[in-house]
Amino acid sequence: MQVSMTVNGQAVSGDVDPRTLLVHYLREDLRLTGTHVGCETSYCGACTVIVDGKAVKSCTMLTAQAEGAEITTIEGLAENGDLHPVQEGFWERHGLQCGFCTPGMILSAVTLLDENADPSEDEIRLGIEGNLCRCTGYHNIVKAIEYAGAKLRGEEPAPAEWEVNA
Amino acid sequence: MFPREFEYVAPSSLDEALGTLASNPGAKVMSGGMSLIPMMKLRLFSPELVVDIARIGGLDGIEDRGDHIAIGALVRHETTAASPLVQQHAAALASAAAWTGDRQVRARGTTCGALAHADIAADQPAAALALGATMVAASSGGTRDIAAADFFVDTLTSALEPNEILTEVRIPKSSGSAYDKLGRRGGHTDYAVAGAAAAVTMSDGTVSSAGVALTGVGTKPTIAAGSVEAIVGTDGSAEAIAGAVARATEGVTVLEDLYGSAEYKAHLAGVYVGRALEQAIAATG
Ligand SMILES: Cc1cc2nc3c(=O)[nH]c(=O)nc-3n(C[C@H](O)[C@H](O)[C@H](O)COP(=O)(O)OP(=O)(O)OC[C@H]3O[C@@H](n4cnc5c(N)ncnc54)[C@H](O)[C@@H]3O)c2cc1C
Ligand code: FES
Ligand code: FES
Repeated sequence: MQVSMTVNGQAVSGDVDPRTLLVHYLREDLRLTGTHVGCETSYCGACTVIVDGKAVKSCTMLTAQAEGAEITTIEGLAENGDLHPVQEGFWERHGLQCGFCTPGMILSAVTLLDENADPSEDEIRLGIEGNLCRCTGYHNIVKAIEYAGAKLRGEEPAPAEWEVNA
Repeated sequence: MFPREFEYVAPSSLDEALGTLASNPGAKVMSGGMSLIPMMKLRLFSPELVVDIARIGGLDGIEDRGDHIAIGALVRHETTAASPLVQQHAAALASAAAWTGDRQVRARGTTCGALAHADIAADQPAAALALGATMVAASSGGTRDIAAADFFVDTLTSALEPNEILTEVRIPKSSGSAYDKLGRRGGHTDYAVAGAAAAVTMSDGTVSSAGVALTGVGTKPTIAAGSVEAIVGTDGSAEAIAGAVARATEGVTVLEDLYGSAEYKAHLAGVYVGRALEQAIAATG
């Protein structure tokens, strides 16, 4: 079947089998391999992309369901080479180790901060409950999102813990 | 991992969708896909034709209808959870929707889909039961109303026929309702290890009517008839609630599963009936 949508600001269209999952269309047809496949069972969130402003698990969505949608993948987040504040936060606060969960984690965090510009630590932890990380223990991910929140609010982020405790 | 081959249609009108279902016995309704797609990927279920109802207009509203609120088929969990109407008149359902899955699941899954799916450990069915909701099912032959008490038939089985679409759920307004659960991943996260919803009406200091329902403990979301009987006619005091807690699983088949023994689940059922009743009664005040 024919599908068309906008991915990272560009109109794309293609011919897919109805059973093609959005994650496979993005990775295999569009070659946007920043969207990862982790659990394949709808739990880990590594496949998270933003569809019409909402974080969704692209392993649990048919490409056909995304007909006409606006999609942002991790490749579309930076503008003119400048990292998005959430990407910058993960860089500045060491919000990743192996990096496998990171694209999905970042896109969930972007929508979390869209809805709640100044989340508490608890709200951040609940906001990323759909994204699993096997490396970091989440601590620095929370710090990265706090950093990004401050940046997006036009505030100076709190200094890194390792600077304070040095 | 991906599903077996199927045909896909996304009708833009309800009549078209109902006509397609009527003429294709192997068809399956898809709404948010948050339960259907995982099942199809695991090949536990392989429909020949998927009828995606998400593009049908006019089914995505939450309306105030005087004595009840109506939630359309396409209203997503996150919308139910954030709706001031639902929060005010059906607090148990607002909490149940807020604690369904995670951010990504709530952005796609629908309240009506969660009811139709009838998972043994789903949140919103318990709230619908306690609040005495009515499901409106449409087919090409017309519509019928199904009381929540008759809707949850068995594990993953609702009273809907394969050619029917649940177009809306109607919830009688209640000023005193609450839902609480233990999630499988702790706190309120993920399906209920056990959970309970309660809705109460107080008149002159007496509980004049009540609904109490359990999820996660048996073969389906179910009314806790013993607790209802115990609490109605009392003053809703801590002692009265303790009486309802003691009868939480009366007549309910409690089953062991991956998340706990039957004994543990029966204990939790009591704990959550107590918490839900306490909050529901406090809310009426
Ligand atoms: C990671 C994850 C975590 C989850 N955690 C929870 C949780 O904590 N608590 C919980 O309760 N649920 C949980 N769920 C399930 C979630 O609530 C689903 O969204 C819901 O069960 C189904 O809603 P849907 O709109 O996605 O329906 P679909 O998946 O599209 O459909 C599910 C079933 O219902 C039928 N159906 C759907 N809508 C209609 C309709 N309008 N008329 C007739 N039939 C219909 C379909 O034919 C299908 O059989 C989770 C799911 C995932 C993937
Ligand atoms: S790969 Fe989609 S949730 Fe894990
Ligand atoms: S950094 Fe390795 S899974 Fe999160």
